[in-house]
Amino acid sequence: MAQQLAYLKETASQTAGPYVHIGLIPHMAGFDIFQNNFGGVLAGADTPGEPIAIEGRVIDGTGALVRDALVEIWQADANGHYAHPADKRQAAAGFRGWGRTGTDFDTGVYRFDTIKPGRTPWRNGKISAPHINVWIVARGINIGLQTRMYFSDEEAANADDPVLNAIEHKSRVPTLIAKRQDKPGKATYLFDIVLQGDNETVFFDI
Amino acid sequence: MNIQGQPFVADEPGSVHPQHNPLEFFSRDRAMQPPAYQPIYKTSVARSPRRALLSLDQSLGDITGPVFGHNDIGLLDNDLIRNYAKTGDPIGERIIVHGRVLDECGRPVPRTLVEFWQANASGRYRHKKDTYLAPIDPNFGGCGRTLTDENGYYYFRTVKPGPYPWRNYVNSWRPAHIHFSIFGTGFIQRLITQMYFEGDPLIKICPIVNVVPDRDAIDRLIAPLDVNAAVPDDCLTYRFDIVLRGRRSTLFENRLEGN
Repeated sequence: MAQQLAYLKETASQTAGPYVHIGLIPHMAGFDIFQNNFGGVLAGADTPGEPIAIEGRVIDGTGALVRDALVEIWQADANGHYAHPADKRQAAAGFRGWGRTGTDFDTGVYRFDTIKPGRTPWRNGKISAPHINVWIVARGINIGLQTRMYFSDEEAANADDPVLNAIEHKSRVPTLIAKRQDKPGKATYLFDIVLQGDNETVFFDI
Repeated sequence: MNIQGQPFVADEPGSVHPQHNPLEFFSRDRAMQPPAYQPIYKTSVARSPRRALLSLDQSLGDITGPVFGHNDIGLLDNDLIRNYAKTGDPIGERIIVHGRVLDECGRPVPRTLVEFWQANASGRYRHKKDTYLAPIDPNFGGCGRTLTDENGYYYFRTVKPGPYPWRNYVNSWRPAHIHFSIFGTGFIQRLITQMYFEGDPLIKICPIVNVVPDRDAIDRLIAPLDVNAAVPDDCLTYRFDIVLRGRRSTLFENRLEGN
């Protein structure tokens, strides 16, 4: 009899619930407790790259705004380097590449202030279009949803992107592309996330 | 062997094993995980994607993730008995929760951020949207965070949360629980879950618990009382180990983040 492979099983996910703010963004719950808070501002004035804002809403299957969602993003710097030891190239000093925020209880809008990421390596010498990894949890979401945000002003790069090209139903590709709006100060990309329905965002099993 | 063949980091040829990328994670075993659409948990009905998830190869942005350090953590962040105390100790049963963060290969996940939040001993959250009539405790915030040590070990001190009612069925009550948020080393290891307490009769009738399809997976969310680790005359202790997705690589002790 062969020896047994004793793998453990991943812990089961549970919903973040309606009060996810308490632990992860306590100022939204209505109190202050930590010396250091995590938030939706990823880049300062001296971070290399084009400053951008990302704004959007999370929309449920009835078209209603999800006003208690938590959104996290993870991205490369302007040169396409991640601030992680597995990326042997150095990311820009001080740029962690990660942010967290919630949708507003009244408006349902979330916002990040960051820099536009560069293109990142893919396999076989190919590269990905600039993109931001997105993760969404909320009351009623049993396991966090993974997706990506691409940029509407990167048409050529998007056309070559291996992930966008992996989407069989081409009509769904626009659900991953944030629309650039030039506002005074900095460009703002609008990225709504639709949990269910005709315009359902493409979510990933990675 | 991975049929895709080549490593991600194109400007470092030969830096990883030529035949597969050892930093990639195991595929998620969805049989252990709750489906998005579970009508017993009513809020999931309108908030669940209905299209099939798109299956993808893992990219550099998936196998990497944010790195946290001790500068991110305050001295009292893992002590919920002290970190919001204004006029005295919080009301409730003093407990320690401890355990290890491991991956599916049984390897510790060192120096990773673990965050947790909970109701107070009466089942009320310090949240402006919580209107349950049980009292707010002026000395209890209900959240904390810590980094695992070199062995993936974590602990924190708190008071045992109370059960509370919610509108799923007319008469639904959540079992006592603590929410956990864990990072791991790659963004696709990201996990939020809830820990329950051994012996709580509300666990088996909770719709949120029962969205998990696998009985053993539910049992692993229930922390046993760990009497041997209790602090005499002070705190009872519960043990909760957390398992994140495993990596395909062989571990090298001097490169714990991967190869």
